[in-house]
Parts: sequence; structure tokens; C-alpha cells
Amino acid sequence: MKERPSFGGRALTILTFIFLYAPIVVLIVFSFNSSNSRTVWSGFTFDWYVELFEDSLIMSSLSTTLAVSVISALIATVAGTAAAIGFFNMKKRMRGPLLAVNNIPLINADIITGVSMCLLFVAAFGILGNFTGWLNSVFGLDLPTRFTLGFGTLLIAHITFNIPYVILSVMPKLQQMDKNLMDAALDLGCSPLSAIWKVVIPDIMPGIVNGAIIAFTMSIDDFVISFFTAGSTSQTLAMAIYTMTKKRVSPKINAISTLLFTTVLILLVIVNIRSSRQEKKYNASLKAKKSVAR
Amino acid sequence: MRARSFAYPYVLWMALFVVAPIVIIVIYAFTTADGGFTFENFASMGGTYLSVFGRSFLLAIIATAICLLIGYPVAYSLAREKSCLQGIIVMLIMLPMWMNFLLRTYSWMSILENTGLLNRFFSAIGLFDLINAISGFINETFGTNLSTDLEYFEMINTQGAVVLGMVYNYLPFMILPIYSVILKIDSSYLEAARDLGAPPRTVFRKVVFPLSLSGVLSGITMVFVPAVSTFVISDLLGGAKIMLLGNLIQMQFLGSTYNPHLGSAIALIMMVVVIICMTVMNKFGDEEEQAVMF
Repeated sequence: MKERPSFGGRALTILTFIFLYAPIVVLIVFSFNSSNSRTVWSGFTFDWYVELFEDSLIMSSLSTTLAVSVISALIATVAGTAAAIGFFNMKKRMRGPLLAVNNIPLINADIITGVSMCLLFVAAFGILGNFTGWLNSVFGLDLPTRFTLGFGTLLIAHITFNIPYVILSVMPKLQQMDKNLMDAALDLGCSPLSAIWKVVIPDIMPGIVNGAIIAFTMSIDDFVISFFTAGSTSQTLAMAIYTMTKKRVSPKINAISTLLFTTVLILLVIVNIRSSRQEKKYNASLKAKKSVAR
Repeated sequence: MRARSFAYPYVLWMALFVVAPIVIIVIYAFTTADGGFTFENFASMGGTYLSVFGRSFLLAIIATAICLLIGYPVAYSLAREKSCLQGIIVMLIMLPMWMNFLLRTYSWMSILENTGLLNRFFSAIGLFDLINAISGFINETFGTNLSTDLEYFEMINTQGAVVLGMVYNYLPFMILPIYSVILKIDSSYLEAARDLGAPPRTVFRKVVFPLSLSGVLSGITMVFVPAVSTFVISDLLGGAKIMLLGNLIQMQFLGSTYNPHLGSAIALIMMVVVIICMTVMNKFGDEEEQAVMF
């Protein structure tokens, strides 16, 4: 499209940006407010940041969030890549329905995924409790008979909603891959496993990395599914924030927002600079090749 | 070992944690607390429940429509900017989404409150004095009884605030898919249309819009599904006054009125309605390729 946007279009874009960023600016500005009002400015301070780091509840929920995001993203990346390779090598008749099931967590509203898993865990724990109770009474063991939702169920839920994202980002890379590569590796004496490890995996690596990043951010950002599957014993940062919005207001919440926002901003800037540098390198090498060819 | 067996562990995982939870929802929806089969969960949903259903769908539809009205022109003019500028703008649109949506919604609370920033701004520019003076003047001349002590606009805890929260949170989900589809439109189609004498309006109506329909449809589903199922936005911006489907479900599972059977029935209805909407949508955009977010 050659022609430039109209004045009205640009104005609407600018207004949209004001709309998108105004609340964020408000949050950041009031994180430095010396009184605990969220609407009246009364001086500059860093106190809320100090208090934030002294708040053991927030710090422990932060470590829960990081733990569940990292572990679930890692497991989901490995499992999702394996599943994608498996799906890719299936007959279409088999693959279609399985991919449809794989899409369910993506299409379903978060709240339905959350409550359905919550019900599953409660039901499974009920059966498990009865079973261990029976074991205890028959064999005189001392196994626990009551199980509650906690970090384990939270982790299972996160892995479950992360795997589809990994599969969705690995699948296209598999489809783009040259089919002859795999055959060549097998002809040259690779076992199927080492062919996958040495040929397929390196080829689809960008998709895997992309999937891992998406899974990690989805995990960090999730509130609804965690809310229903974490039980009362473990709490993610998003859950802590939700509890804070219900109680008396504290600018600590603004301080968290500011820190999270700056972290994301810095990460994005680094990623962008790196990718544009790589592009420049790539272009330079392309130019060099062309001049050699001449 | 066949490559397709790589997928078997995940197939088992899906059976356990994707399919089984939905089966359990269905079972719970049709049973009573002591396990007997019943339709009572659905039959008891008359009256207030019906109005909650109606309100949820109405607010979600309004929010989706507003997102489309803002999002389409923004995406359209964005696709016509210089490409280096486009990259920056797209990043700026995605950036707020990386900040937890609880925090962004929370910020609107401090803007919309009765003593919030917006009302303070209105009062600082003398808007309320002006309105009071006008009402006083009308009262004197026409003998009416308008109130002259307006101190703030009631914005928080209204349906309008909830719609605003939905638009704010889900607007990027509308802009990005539409943008990515418009960007892919071959500009020679537009040139051909212009060469054949179509005025700009007709080019848009007959060429650009039909070709961008798949993006519009995926934008609509990406906004509508989370909007109709939210419980956080209505919780924070609607106070306890605006009850939505999400709140209803949440209350049955974690709230005061614990009744997972009723909650499952509501969740099941929501799931079925969403699936019907998606199928209808997909029928429309069948031949178009699906717009992808990432």
C-alpha cells in the first residue's frame, strides 16, 4: 500500500495510544507518591519500593510465579516439541482430531479451563484419598488420606495450557522443513532417534525457542487458571495482586507494576536490538556474497 | 521406534487433563450433590440468572463492537505507515499486554473513582460549577427542580466502566490480527481496482474489507470470548453491583455460595454458546487463512 494514512487515521491511532498508556503512566507516577493516596500527589519517595521488597508475602508469591513459569515452560517446551514431531509424522486422519483436542485449551475461556481442572483435581484427590485410606486400613500403613490443591496442581495446569502454544509454534517449522533432510540422514546411517536429534531439532530450533518464550510469558501473565488450581497453599504474584486490590489500597501495587513494566520494556528493547543487529549482519553477509558472485 | 510415538505421552496427558476435565464438567452439570441424574441445575437458572446471562452477552457484544470500531481504522492506518514505524507501533501496542491485566484494570479504578483523577480533573477545570450554574439558571427560569450540587460523575461501579475495562484490555487483540491480514493484501489488487476506475471508497468496500474479513473474525472471537467470561473486570470496575457470568461461575466454585453442580451447568452453557459462535464465525471465514497472533 503506497499511500500514507489519512490525518483522521493517525489522530485515532494517537488517541488509542493515549488510552492504552494513560493508566500505566498513572500507575508509575503514583508509585513514587509519598502519601498512600492513589489520586492525590503529595511528594516524591522510594518508600513503597523498599516496603515491597520487605513484604514477605509478595516476595514468596514472586518466587512461586517464577518457579511455576520456568518449570512449566521447560516441561511444556520439551513435551510440546516431542508431541509436534509425533503429530507431524502421523496420518492426517489421526492428526486432525488430535490437533483439534490440542486447541481446546486455546479456544476455551480461561475460567472454564480453570474450573474444569479444579473439579478434576478435587475428584481425583477424593478417589486417591479413599484408596490410600483403604491401603492404610488393609496394610496398616500411614499414608496421607487428604490431598489439597497446591503447587503440584498449579504446575500441571500451567503445563497443560502451555503445551498447545509450543505445538502451534513448532508445527509450522516442521512443515517448512525439507522432507529430504530426514531421509538423507537415515540413508547416511543415522538411527531415527539421532536423525531427529541431529537434523530435525536444529532445523526447527527457532520455533522451539519462540514456543518457550510464549509459554513462559503466558505462565507469568496467567491469573484466572492459577486462581482456580492453586488452592490456598500456594499463591502466584497475580493472585497476590488480586488479593491486594480487594483489601485496603497500598501503593506497593504501583511499585510492582512499575518494576514489571520496566523489566518487560528492557527485555523487549534488548530482544529488538539483537534481532535488528542479526538482520544487519545477515544483510551484510548477503551483500558480501553477492559481490563475490559478481 | 516410530517418530509418531513421540506424541503418545502427550495424547495421554491430553486425555487426562484436557478431555477428562470437560467430561467432569458435563457429569457435574447433570448430577446432584448425592450423585443422581438431574436437570435441576439447568431448570433452576431462571430469573436473576437469566438476566446475568443477558447482561454478560450484551456487555461483551458492546465491548467487541467498540473494539472493532476503534481497532479497524487503527489497524488500517497502521498498515499504511512506513515499515520501520510500523514495527515500533506494533511493539507499543503489545507492550501494555505484557503488564498483568489486573494491574492495568486496577489503575482504571483510581482514574474512574468518585474522587478519582478524572473527576478531579473535571472539577479543576470547573466543569461541575458550570453544570451546577446552568441547572440553577434552568431552575430559576423554568421553575424545575434540577440538582445544583453535582460534585462528581459516577463512573466506577457502572456497566459503562465494565465495558471500558473490556475495551481497554482486549483492544490489542482486535488491532493485531486485522493489521496482520491487511498487511498481507497484495497492493496490485488495489492498483487494479483503481485502474478500473473505482473511487477510494469502493476500493475499500469491495477489495480491502472483504480481504481483511478473516482478521476481523479472529479479532472478534479473541475479544468476545474473554469478555463474555471475565470475572475480574466486573469485580474491580463494577464493584459488587455488576454481576457477570464469570462472577456467577466463580462464586459457585470458590465463593460464598459453593455449588459446583450449578457452576458446572453455567460453565457448560457458556462453553456451548461460545462453540456455536465460533462455528458460525468459521463458516463465514472458511476459505480465508486464519490470522495468527504470533
